[in-house]
Amino acid sequence: VKGKRIETATTFPLNSIFMTDYDLALKSIHLRKRLLEAIFHAGAGHTGGSLSCLDILNVLYNRLLRVSPETFSNPGRDRYVQSKGHSVEALYVVLADRGFFPESEMETLCHYKSPLVGHPTRKVPGIEMNTGALGHGLPICVGMALAGKLDDASYRVFTLLGDGELAEGSNWEAAMAAAHYELDNLTAILDHNTLQISGRTRDVCSNEPLDEKFRAFGWAVRTVKGHDFAALTDALTSTPEPGKPVCVIANTVKGKGVSFMEDVAKWHHGVPSDAELKQALEELDAAKAKLSSV
Amino acid sequence: MHSSAAKALAEKLGLKLGRTNLDEFASILMELAKADRDVLAVTSDSRGSGKLGPFGQALPKQLVEVGIAEQNLVGIAAGLAAAGKKVFAVSPACFLTARSLEQIKNDACYSDVPAKLIGISAGVSYGALGSTHHSLHDLAALRAIHNLTILVPADNFETREAIRAAANATHPVYIRFGKAPMYDLHPAGTKFEIGKAITLRQGNDAAFIATGEAVVHCLLAAAHLEERGLNCRVLSVHTVKPLDTEAVLRAGRECRAVVAAEEHSVHGGLGEACAALLMQAGVSVPFRIAAIPDEDTVTGSQADIFRHYGLTMEALAARVLRLLGQTGPKV
Repeated sequence: VKGKRIETATTFPLNSIFMTDYDLALKSIHLRKRLLEAIFHAGAGHTGGSLSCLDILNVLYNRLLRVSPETFSNPGRDRYVQSKGHSVEALYVVLADRGFFPESEMETLCHYKSPLVGHPTRKVPGIEMNTGALGHGLPICVGMALAGKLDDASYRVFTLLGDGELAEGSNWEAAMAAAHYELDNLTAILDHNTLQISGRTRDVCSNEPLDEKFRAFGWAVRTVKGHDFAALTDALTSTPEPGKPVCVIANTVKGKGVSFMEDVAKWHHGVPSDAELKQALEELDAAKAKLSSV
Repeated sequence: MHSSAAKALAEKLGLKLGRTNLDEFASILMELAKADRDVLAVTSDSRGSGKLGPFGQALPKQLVEVGIAEQNLVGIAAGLAAAGKKVFAVSPACFLTARSLEQIKNDACYSDVPAKLIGISAGVSYGALGSTHHSLHDLAALRAIHNLTILVPADNFETREAIRAAANATHPVYIRFGKAPMYDLHPAGTKFEIGKAITLRQGNDAAFIATGEAVVHCLLAAAHLEERGLNCRVLSVHTVKPLDTEAVLRAGRECRAVVAAEEHSVHGGLGEACAALLMQAGVSVPFRIAAIPDEDTVTGSQADIFRHYGLTMEALAARVLRLLGQTGPKV
């Protein structure tokens, strides 16, 4: 009988340098600047959601995921699928920073013939699946996690969901299947910034309480501060309850890091003007100086 | 399904009645899965209608049940395929290609993972269950999606070959078939190649370009017309996409009339694909699409519906005669 065998990924190197919370904080400031510049140059992008999930991606790619440019094609790698595909600018800057592709390519974001499309595609090294239509990442990750179980492989599968996205019914189909198949190798991270394109999620079509909903679907739920590196790391690495998929509800701030973008729905896909970019970069520089002085 | 005259002609031609394409699929899938543990069937409470009960009993770890959730069916299948599994997502064609159209477009085709999408009880196989259960849109919807091979086998041989080819495909494939017993149309030794139509009968008076369960009716119509002195070509176009443009253009150039036949809406299926191809190549030939018209489909069995809309030996032969300017019997 044919059928592949998957080696354990536990021997994969994490980021070769251990990064402290302070290192991650500095990196997040740097990456926020890069993504704002990229969106400014492209004249398009999803600014608010990219800023809200950036710290989560920073933790995933610099502390947690057993994947690197060298191991990306290894079947034993950890997998990350960004279901809220519109926040792709955060993913691009993190992948470029990790060496999946040259940082200079960020300048081509959304340009004619650029591989850096406005939503994730596998044309870009490091991206597992093409996403952007909402409600697709979780079912895909259920498939990947199930394959891991069937192959007795040790890799973990992560997806990032938006809270507005959870109105898509396919998420709940997948949530049922994940619990049914006892996929404790699957973690769904909810970028819970409470805003979507039209306004407050609770006003658009309320979906709270999300923790109780996921629990009722048979998931283990952990709620954390979504910009706290230690808390995110703890929630994403603590031992799973056997047989239960994990939902980490990360309470985040849309537009995090730039005062006038924070918690404002219009920055969902707002593009900064010259003056706004300047102010945003200054604020981030000030945050960096403050951080360094501590 | 066939009139007594058609059955008699089939017998005269030596056609043997095989089993249903669905049964053929289920048996080939079992064979493939027994030899390769990466072969999986994913079902949406459709293991019964997919004849996969024995598969589930023999290979329980290789049957993934997701419940009545077709979007999830295709999403999970895409994830499994991305992780290296040879995944056959099996669901009635009506649900698989409408409820989960976006998952087919994005998760399978755009992401380019080799998921195999199996539309069972396709076309009007569900007959009197009504339009909720018919898939007369699937070829039209899926032809407009990039990076999908579309296979519509006409008999057990084509089904077997299509499933085997799909198992090893490196890109997504959609295969649709029905659940009526099919005549074996191909002599032993016939070659099956994705993208290459099979010529079942030579002739230059008219050509039938057909796919799926409509093919046998065209073959019988061609044999029927031979008794009137006309030699008609019959192409079994098992691959609707990518279309065998060479075979279609040759038929248009070499024959005096063309009838395209399919168990699908007149819109967007094989017929319109052929029409667009011929017109853009400057081939002008009397041409008709024999398919299900754009109307509230008549109630009845698959055979009733085929008969009502002229997908029978008699009606197809009459169409050719009319296209050739000859008077045929009114059907």
